[in-house]
Amino acid sequence: MGSRFTFGGDEHLLVECADEMSMRAFFKSLSAAQLIKKSPLIGLDEINAGNASYLIKFNPDSIKPAELLSEIKKIDRIAEDSVPVIETRVVEIPVFYKDPWTHETGMRFRERHQDPAVTDLEYAASLNGYATVEEFIYAHHSSPWFVSMVGFVAGCPWLYQMVERQYQIEVPKYLRPRTDTPRHTIGHGGCFACIYAVQGAGGYQMFGVTPVPIFDPLATHSHIDESMVFFRPGDIVKFRAISSPEYNSISADVRDGIFSLKTIPIEFDLREFEENSLSYNRALLDKLDGS
Amino acid sequence: MGVKVLNSGLSTTIQDLGRPGYFNLGIPMSGAMDQKAMRIANLLVGNPENAAGLEIVFTGPTLRFDEACLIAVTGAEMPFKLDGVSQSLWQSIQVEKGQTLEFDYLRAGARSYLSISGGINVPLVLGSRSTYLVGSFGGMHGRPIAAGDILPLGCRDFLASQVGKKLPTEMLPNIGVREIRVLLGLYSYRLTEGSISKFFSEKWVVGSEADRMGYRFKGGQVLEFVERKAPFGAGSDPSNIVDSSYAYGSIQVPSGTEPIILHRDAVSAGGYFTLGAVISADMDLIAQLQPNTCIQFVSIDMDQALIARAERVAEMKAIRGYISNS
Repeated sequence: MGSRFTFGGDEHLLVECADEMSMRAFFKSLSAAQLIKKSPLIGLDEINAGNASYLIKFNPDSIKPAELLSEIKKIDRIAEDSVPVIETRVVEIPVFYKDPWTHETGMRFRERHQDPAVTDLEYAASLNGYATVEEFIYAHHSSPWFVSMVGFVAGCPWLYQMVERQYQIEVPKYLRPRTDTPRHTIGHGGCFACIYAVQGAGGYQMFGVTPVPIFDPLATHSHIDESMVFFRPGDIVKFRAISSPEYNSISADVRDGIFSLKTIPIEFDLREFEENSLSYNRALLDKLDGS
Repeated sequence: MGVKVLNSGLSTTIQDLGRPGYFNLGIPMSGAMDQKAMRIANLLVGNPENAAGLEIVFTGPTLRFDEACLIAVTGAEMPFKLDGVSQSLWQSIQVEKGQTLEFDYLRAGARSYLSISGGINVPLVLGSRSTYLVGSFGGMHGRPIAAGDILPLGCRDFLASQVGKKLPTEMLPNIGVREIRVLLGLYSYRLTEGSISKFFSEKWVVGSEADRMGYRFKGGQVLEFVERKAPFGAGSDPSNIVDSSYAYGSIQVPSGTEPIILHRDAVSAGGYFTLGAVISADMDLIAQLQPNTCIQFVSIDMDQALIARAERVAEMKAIRGYISNS
């Protein structure tokens, strides 16, 4: 997998492991970022690894751009051969699909959408070959997702569906980004799902909302640490479809501070997953259900 | 005690030099958009350069000082008065207990910086006092200041020798620059060569969506993309990429229509291609652009970017030297 190296102004170096998304490209970006963090290189301010690339913010007063480039090229080659095994966790996220809030927002920004005559869910279902929105929703929550990047605004996770490529849901982003998206919207753009941590701008198609907070600036939720952000790259997510009453009851538990998240620790081995993703996922989800 | 907010202004936020280190979680650097103006305001009143002050956009707040202190206002050309008496910008001014500060209309630029001796002493969040509005934290409970707020001040002592410190005209930053220098790169290979040269030859106008997250520009022609089969995961629009981390200062052009320069409260990643990034030396200039201002993007290489960076460092060094010796 040959990487592409390019500077972003005088303070950033972007390394694109591949121009298309894959678990292999993601694991390479994660390995490279870890190797760079452990390396004795000076002048590095931050490393953002995600999806199929990683971005290094550096201080050119401390390290010359050309020197950085040649060092990073060496590390990138080593990352190619890293063992793709990580210690991580599986987390269950309840989702209220077809909720009224994302529906209302979608209608408000219809002129920025590819097909203003239908809803985001109807558009995505038909584009991905599902006869009904219900079948599409089932496909969305029946398989697990890999958190392949965290960021955007306040800890929004990007989620990569752990099924073979021909079954992965794929939709374009809005033609022009919206200026508003409800908090906790489950979105989708390209092959990625996401969860909007806060209300704000966004370009992803909108399918539903979760009652579970994933960003905690006031330190009120026990499942989020002092970084304020719940997700980390490498987390595995299982969505669970919930009804409107269950959405309300979980929201009340969150408000009362008695909500607890269903989560289990696991070791994820990319090689075993690639051998048989269906049975690997089933074992993973059985473990979550049995917890 | 402290400073009482009588009127908030349009969107006045508490900012210091920012909160680097958490962009990998989607928490942006934040901090003053015009870093140089913020640093100078702090130097003039004898604060550390990273002390928290106010970033004022387009219209200023009205403030009553309930304790004596030193202040300085820098950045945009937005004159102000103390108890009705006009004061100078880029100068440290002694304020007596009970005096009221009011701003006049903005004459040039877009953002003013008010520094107060001791700095505004709100709690540190992830190492900074800067307000991050989208995330609702930092500064005054994660929001702009509001009428009725009392801004707490840090250390109350200031040096008499600091009063009246002033920056000479030749050292004032030129906020009238209309050329923004860009290092082409990142995903620029998505564009045709003709489209790239057109991008740099056209005039672009600052749109109405111009804030701490980003500055949007209008007026140029729609960019032309190189034909491709969309890579898996990117989405079908020619401006889509597999979502990746964004560089601070990078220029994204959703659907090839309106370029957006990502600024200090930017989103950390996304799925629109970027054609390069504004060089670090020119990011402060963007903070001073008003909507409807006409600008031009200028393509430069890394060596030129590093020279511009060194010039900026030298200017700041000269300013520090001047203020400490005057």
